[in-house]
Amino acid sequence: MKAVILFNSTNHAIWAENELKENEISCKMISVPRHLSSDCGYCVQIDADDGEKASNILNANNIEFDNIENYKGE
Amino acid sequence: MLLDKTKNSIIYFDNAATSFPKPECVTDAVLNYMTQIGANPGRSGHKLSIEAGHIVFKARKSIAALFGLKNPMQVIFTSNATEALNLGIKGILQEGDHVITTSMEHNSAIRPLHELEKQAFISLAIVQADKTGIIDPKKIKEAITVRTKAVVVNHASNVLGCIQPIREIGKICKANGVIFIVDCAQSAGVVPIDINRDNIDILAFAGHKGLYGPTGTGGMVIADDFDHKKIKPLKCGGTGSLSDKIDQPDFLPDRFESGTLNIAGLSGLFAGSQYIQKKPGGIKGIYSHKNELQKHFIQQAEMFVQNFICYSSSNLPSAGVIAFRLKNISVSEAAQILSDKFEIMCRQGLHCSPLAHQTIGTFPEGTLRFGFGIFNTKEEIDIAVHALKSISEGN
Ligand SMILES: Cc1ncc(COP(=O)(O)O)c(C=O)c1O
Repeated sequence: MKAVILFNSTNHAIWAENELKENEISCKMISVPRHLSSDCGYCVQIDADDGEKASNILNANNIEFDNIENYKGE
Repeated sequence: MLLDKTKNSIIYFDNAATSFPKPECVTDAVLNYMTQIGANPGRSGHKLSIEAGHIVFKARKSIAALFGLKNPMQVIFTSNATEALNLGIKGILQEGDHVITTSMEHNSAIRPLHELEKQAFISLAIVQADKTGIIDPKKIKEAITVRTKAVVVNHASNVLGCIQPIREIGKICKANGVIFIVDCAQSAGVVPIDINRDNIDILAFAGHKGLYGPTGTGGMVIADDFDHKKIKPLKCGGTGSLSDKIDQPDFLPDRFESGTLNIAGLSGLFAGSQYIQKKPGGIKGIYSHKNELQKHFIQQAEMFVQNFICYSSSNLPSAGVIAFRLKNISVSEAAQILSDKFEIMCRQGLHCSPLAHQTIGTFPEGTLRFGFGIFNTKEEIDIAVHALKSISEGN
């Protein structure tokens, strides 16, 4: 199962990707799924199992994010 | 090599206006973006768009590291230092505020302030520097009133090269609840700066001078503990974020970065800012190199050039900018001969800073100015001293 982390800003998404990779969490930037958000740009896809760990890393770095949602693909 | 081979007899001493040549990694980075990436980072979700986003992030992180900033989102890219100063100044000021600035400001800071003063929107106090261009922090303290909202100071003079005691001034601002805005156009990449330790709230920098990025780059850096919501944006719209709303985002950096950024420029700025930070000795090394060049020039010119008058002090720390003239020839004529006959590029006149020239007694004619860069050498200075000697002797 995959999950996506949604952000207010693509700037935050890239920052998050950078920190997650530094913490060895496998992740990938993908286009924002339209059914999850109306924002332009991209978000970060992770394994759903890593959700809590990822959220802790983002919070520890004060990286603002909107939501983490399970995502099966469109 | 960096300079065009056909033109490599040119000596470029106008680095205070913009640095040249740029390191090869900078031109490579610009070319790589324009030929291999090309996309807009904030809008689409495709691979190239994401790659462009990575470039912008890396540039932000590199600038944050340069100034000791923890949160890279507090770096706001603008098209130059002037735009950053306008954003910081107009963004925080409200009707009735009192502002303190100095007689050493560039017109990028003093003009927006004076315009607001003319509209009777703010009141302005201009603290006078001494003859060497230095501001006494005590004078700033004495100028603070109950209405004082901000102090605006040019860190390194674009006329004399002298460096203001910003940490001390910042401490006074902090103790009095006053916002400290620092113009680091000349000092960024030359003088070590730590935004938090130096007590700066808002810092403006040019990307195209000491950071060796392309023209059209610069930025405003907001201290980690400063609430960015106190700053109003100058421009609105043009962000991919909050696409479902007609409101301007209030989060960083989107609140202040409206419209597509100069990604080609930022590619080069990333490369340039990494280049200077990774040089052996880092910024401290650049600082001592510039001080050495400055001392060498003043020493040699005083020894060999008869009518040489120097306004910059060789005893004060310097950002590598020197104001001088030849007593017996106008500054414009001397600059013309330096360019035409000796292929030495420098700047003459008032350097956008009438009050600074009044301070040192060189208004309205101004001075000649040499601004040294990281690639300049003592050999080039010796050639220039020889040229000045020949001009002053009328040869
Ligand atoms: C002290 C100072 N402030 C501001 C500026 C303006 O910089 P920019 O040309 O990037 O707007 C300059 C240089 O031109 C400068 O020397």
